[in-house]
Amino acid sequence: MTQHTLLKMRTGQAIPRALLPRLSFQEFRAAILSLVGQGHRIAAFFGDTSASSGGDIDLHAVLTDSAHGLLRVGRTTLESDRFPSLTSECPALHLFERELAEQYGVYPEGHPWFKPVRFHPSYRPGHDAWGRDQDETPVVGVTDFFRVEGEEIHEVAVGPVHAGVIEPGHFRFQCHGEQVFHLEISLGYQHRGVERSLVGGPGKRTLSTMEVVSGDTSIGHVTAYCQVVEALAGAQVPLRAEAIRGIALELERLANHTGDLGALAGDVGFLPTASYCGRIRGDFLNLTALLCGSRFGRSLVRPGGCRFDLDADQVGRFQERLDMAYRDLEGAVDLLWNSLSVQARFEGTGRVSPEAARALGLVGPSARACGLERDVRLDFPTGIYRFAHVPISTWGTGDVFARAYVRWLEIQRSVAFIKELLQTLPDGPIQIQSGVGPLLPDHFTVSLNEGWRGQICHVALTDDQGRFARYKVVDPSFRNWTGLALALRDNQISDFPLCNKSFNLSYCGHDL
Amino acid sequence: MISILLERFRQGRRTIAYPSGSAPALPDRFRGLPVLDSSRCPEGCSACINACPTDAMARDAEGLRLDLGRCLFCAECTESCPSNAIEFTKEFRMAVRSREDLVVRSGKDLERARPLEAKMLRLFGRSLRLRVVSAGGDGSAEADLNVLGTVVFDLGRFGVQVVASPRHADALVVAGPVSENMKYALLQTYAALPAPKLVIAVGVDAISGGVFRENPEIHNGVGDLLPVDLFIPGSPPHPLSILDGLLRLLDRLEEQRGEPAS
Repeated sequence: MTQHTLLKMRTGQAIPRALLPRLSFQEFRAAILSLVGQGHRIAAFFGDTSASSGGDIDLHAVLTDSAHGLLRVGRTTLESDRFPSLTSECPALHLFERELAEQYGVYPEGHPWFKPVRFHPSYRPGHDAWGRDQDETPVVGVTDFFRVEGEEIHEVAVGPVHAGVIEPGHFRFQCHGEQVFHLEISLGYQHRGVERSLVGGPGKRTLSTMEVVSGDTSIGHVTAYCQVVEALAGAQVPLRAEAIRGIALELERLANHTGDLGALAGDVGFLPTASYCGRIRGDFLNLTALLCGSRFGRSLVRPGGCRFDLDADQVGRFQERLDMAYRDLEGAVDLLWNSLSVQARFEGTGRVSPEAARALGLVGPSARACGLERDVRLDFPTGIYRFAHVPISTWGTGDVFARAYVRWLEIQRSVAFIKELLQTLPDGPIQIQSGVGPLLPDHFTVSLNEGWRGQICHVALTDDQGRFARYKVVDPSFRNWTGLALALRDNQISDFPLCNKSFNLSYCGHDL
Repeated sequence: MISILLERFRQGRRTIAYPSGSAPALPDRFRGLPVLDSSRCPEGCSACINACPTDAMARDAEGLRLDLGRCLFCAECTESCPSNAIEFTKEFRMAVRSREDLVVRSGKDLERARPLEAKMLRLFGRSLRLRVVSAGGDGSAEADLNVLGTVVFDLGRFGVQVVASPRHADALVVAGPVSENMKYALLQTYAALPAPKLVIAVGVDAISGGVFRENPEIHNGVGDLLPVDLFIPGSPPHPLSILDGLLRLLDRLEEQRGEPAS
């Protein structure tokens, strides 16, 4: 039977690759655009050459249908090195298409903003979407930048090495005086070859690689990875392990949100909250270390469960320290909302409209700050989130204030959630006793997780030996960087640090 | 205004007493300096060597050797070991001056970082300015470097400060395995530092490439590109490990002067 649309499946489900519908490009394109028109969202869109020995490129799409908690998946085979771009009709695909073009040397015809993403040579030697010579290694940052011409227009270029202890990226502002007409963000400096290093896995390094996809989101990415492995191995994780994973994921959120609220305060020169939050962030990191020895949650989550348990005594200490940290945080953050000078700087700055957020497919707090109700914990609950719920936190104004305030709402809910889990920690083992078995050969699976920056999506395709033939990682930062670029429009260039911090996106998560 | 003052009062003073007082307690599960005991190894066992994701563990004529410069502190080795021959202690002091000193052996103490030579110490001992560059870093070492600036560690009290311009810096602090795409910017930044200058490698990525070692997109750390003066192992290093390394370099630790490095 030939299917003309995308297949319905769920997260945590592994399906044989043969069941993935293979559509004609026209059908594929029509299916995606029609589903997006109905409110489905793009989760992943990527190429793969593992299905055929001839090196044909299969284009895979994963869409989410949050109304029903379903995924829609399908593929098409590209017939040449060119295909008609979907970006004009579905802007959320803009970076996915550029990524695809860069990785496989195919050209999305009609793409309105066609530039390299990470500046690496094509995976298919001899095929380059920009027609560059095979011997010519792409040089990072060398691309056409958008320019505004006119009297008194000037350009400000910043980075890759820019002020602060921060990852590298290049930012170009087209300004009229202080006013920013346009900001272009060009990344790729952090590219380490993550996705390609995962092919052939799982191996000894796979878990550790997942921990550093984005070092401040170790739990988020490792959990997504473990869910991929568990789906492909048909493994059921003990409930206690799911609870500990949930605690760790929320702690990661707490630490980062707290740090960002402090940094936002610092960027408007409000030092009390900046210094308190800088410290309290450490309290949350240290709670993670209480759990697993590492402030960044390294070595805690593993396929089949968790490596470390919490005994009754530890639960007590944990609760006590969480309460103390939260009390301090409440006092520190209240100052923010009660200081008019802070509010004057936060409100109305770096506004992103809900329409733009929806079109671009923003995720996480950045989307929720535009009033969009999207949260994987609610829409596609996995693990402990199937049993315990975190209410969604939104705010409608789309400005720096909204992104800050949504963080604070989420902090409160994460604390309540952790406390609830600590009191109701299920009994039982923290790992599958017999270990996780081999992965199903020639299967396909998708996992989704709500990291502190938003939706993390991992997709795996296995080969006939049950090894990863293709592993796709979509970090929330990959979705949100364009949101920052839009936030700067018609704002003052001096507000860039503030806007940047309100998103606080990962460079390495984007660059992979 | 009054609420700000009251809150200030309530939050109290939180700067740690270290190094004049004791260091804050580290969690029980903290994985610091590993200690090896080759005598416990069963005949012919190579479980830890096989389990190590980064080939940090090896065995030679003298027994087990663990290269801290490659170690992810992931505990795969301790878990695979049938005889508890490897133990991660709560010792956070791990910074060294030369790459070879990062090799831990059974029954051998770590050769911790010695202070800078007299001339450099005169220049930097009371004031050291750092320019941090992340070159393919995952953001965690960067985050824990930032932590040193918080009230808890208050790096400024030692005369150490992070600066924006490499022209104002005395030392280049490198995080990350040095991605190919950051190599040029890193070298340019180094060139922009006025001499004499130092290079400090923070974390396993910067020392050896970490889990990305041998990936074609990265350079296996900064060691082959620049002369490194201080190596701080860890994945990422605990802020205390970084602080300890910096203070050792600047000869600011009482214990260092009391008992010269063994």
